[in-house]
Amino acid sequence: MTVFAQTGVLARRNLLHVLSDPEQLIGITVQPLMFLLLFVYVFGGAISGSTTGYLEFVLPGLLVQGIGFGTTQTAIGLNADFQRGLIDRFRSLPMARSAVVAGRVTADIGRTAWMCLITVGVGAALGFRLHGGVAGAIGAFGLVLAVGVAMCWVMAFLGVSLRSAEAVQTAGFLLILPLTFASSVLVPAASMPGWLQAFVKVNPISVFVTAMRGLLLGGPVAAPVLQSAAWIVGMCVVFGTLTVSRYRRRA
Amino acid sequence: MPTEFAIRTDLLDKSFGRTRVLDQLTLEVPAGAIYGLLGPNGAGKTTLVRILATLLTPDAGRAFVLGRDVVAQPQRVREVIGLTGQYAAVDDLISARENLYLIGRLLGLRPRAARARGAQLLAAFGLSEVAGTTVKSYSGGMRRRLDLAASLVGRPAVLFLDEPTTGLDLASRNELWDMIRVLAADGTTVLLTTQYLEEADRLAGRVMVIDHGRTVAEGTPAELKGMAGGQVLEVRPLHGADVGGAATVLADLTGAGRPVVAGDLLCVRVPDDDLVAAAARSLDVAGIPVRHFVVRLPSLDEAFLAITGQHEAGASR
Ligand SMILES: Nc1ncnc2c1ncn2[C@@H]1O[C@H](COP(=O)(O)OP(=O)(O)OP(=O)(O)O)[C@@H](O)[C@H]1O
Ligand SMILES: [Mg+2]
Repeated sequence: MTVFAQTGVLARRNLLHVLSDPEQLIGITVQPLMFLLLFVYVFGGAISGSTTGYLEFVLPGLLVQGIGFGTTQTAIGLNADFQRGLIDRFRSLPMARSAVVAGRVTADIGRTAWMCLITVGVGAALGFRLHGGVAGAIGAFGLVLAVGVAMCWVMAFLGVSLRSAEAVQTAGFLLILPLTFASSVLVPAASMPGWLQAFVKVNPISVFVTAMRGLLLGGPVAAPVLQSAAWIVGMCVVFGTLTVSRYRRRA
Repeated sequence: MPTEFAIRTDLLDKSFGRTRVLDQLTLEVPAGAIYGLLGPNGAGKTTLVRILATLLTPDAGRAFVLGRDVVAQPQRVREVIGLTGQYAAVDDLISARENLYLIGRLLGLRPRAARARGAQLLAAFGLSEVAGTTVKSYSGGMRRRLDLAASLVGRPAVLFLDEPTTGLDLASRNELWDMIRVLAADGTTVLLTTQYLEEADRLAGRVMVIDHGRTVAEGTPAELKGMAGGQVLEVRPLHGADVGGAATVLADLTGAGRPVVAGDLLCVRVPDDDLVAAAARSLDVAGIPVRHFVVRLPSLDEAFLAITGQHEAGASR
């Protein structure tokens, strides 16, 4: 059996977890919906002067932010497999060692896609329009999934590195909260102090969001998409390697 | 490499930080046998099993499963082993059927074959009726059975069972013992770790006792009982108030073991018959009347305590 087939089998198992657990199903459906409604109606008037204006601005960002929070589940799930001793079972089988992590990442991409669809669906109902055309929308969807893969690897690294579920949960939150808030997800960077603007500019989340805005709303895309691609490849290579090597060594 | 032994380790060393967990451990398990690895908490049983199952690498020494080197050829070792760890390694969130299907597929079975193998094992382990419910709702015994079934999906020639019956009630334990016997009768080599001597006695043809990562005794259960050094004297004073006094008297006997008190019953190891007579005299002199004074062979538990105890004394000298 190839690594890909094994990855598929394990991804199926991880998706079964979601499908058999109503709480998780509700969670991944309600969370993006809640984020969208809260941000649009609470901040919309203050930040953009109107909710529809803010909806356009924030929706591409919320997709990226949602991926950030959503993929903490990758870390938690992988860590739980270690706690349950399941990883020992997998490692005593004659199978590819990378398949366990890859299967988890694959399943989480499925979840990410679902959360994005909910966000965009609800956004459309509230008046969000794709000014970037069909090509832009397809590009945005592809980009968001690629960002999901990259984030999954970062989270997978947390999941195999930290011992307890609590530590994983806290670390995931402490990583994602500042990264997504100190970015151009929710407000334009222009209103922030200079030193923070400098951070926001290099923050990969901002890079992703800029690319998403370009693709969904129309506007310059070449540079931000290329930058995003560089970040995504970098994150996958660095954290993919780190995760798999740590997974191999962890006793 | 000689392959007469299904499992062979040669002077294995393993330390965690500064703690030495395995110390020049050498083990030889003949093919088709149930072999018991016996030791108290922290003796290094799990560590040894994890090394043999390719989950840990030894610091020094070598280990072979069916002639395959666990360090140099781990993937080839994984092809022939099954592992039931100390803690049930099953996926709680999916059903027993899905658990076995998953393992079957990972082992390279086609979907249909994986389903069939799973169904076969579920039936053999009495889990067919609950096969569709999530494992979360299973009792400890059911989880253990599923765990064992999961380690058998690939029909391993060598099976590692790390304390398989810990935490099970008597009925479940007996059931599991029967299953292990059936496996061995089919030719599977079973390495079983346990803290229960009774378990080793009932199941294993040979037993190795380890403590602090070192072999302290090896042989058949009967031989181990013999190693405990002679017989056991049981004394029950006529008056409950005399238990303490009797313990002091017996403790003062030179050459005898330390008396063990359980309720109003005292047990003490007496390597030779003279000591039995001496015990009778001393109790008489101390004015302690007894209503029960019997010499018998040691149980395996006492043999175990005696063997690991001697080792302890030897190590601290
Ligand atoms: N990963 C680890 N890191 C540090 N120390 C460890 C590790 N694994 C085991 N040890 C230590 O090694 C010693 C032997 O552990 P091991 O689990 O092999 O014993 P055991 O015989 O299986 O005991 P038990 O009957 O409690 O299961 C113990 O002192 C334990 O604390
Ligand atoms: Mg153990």
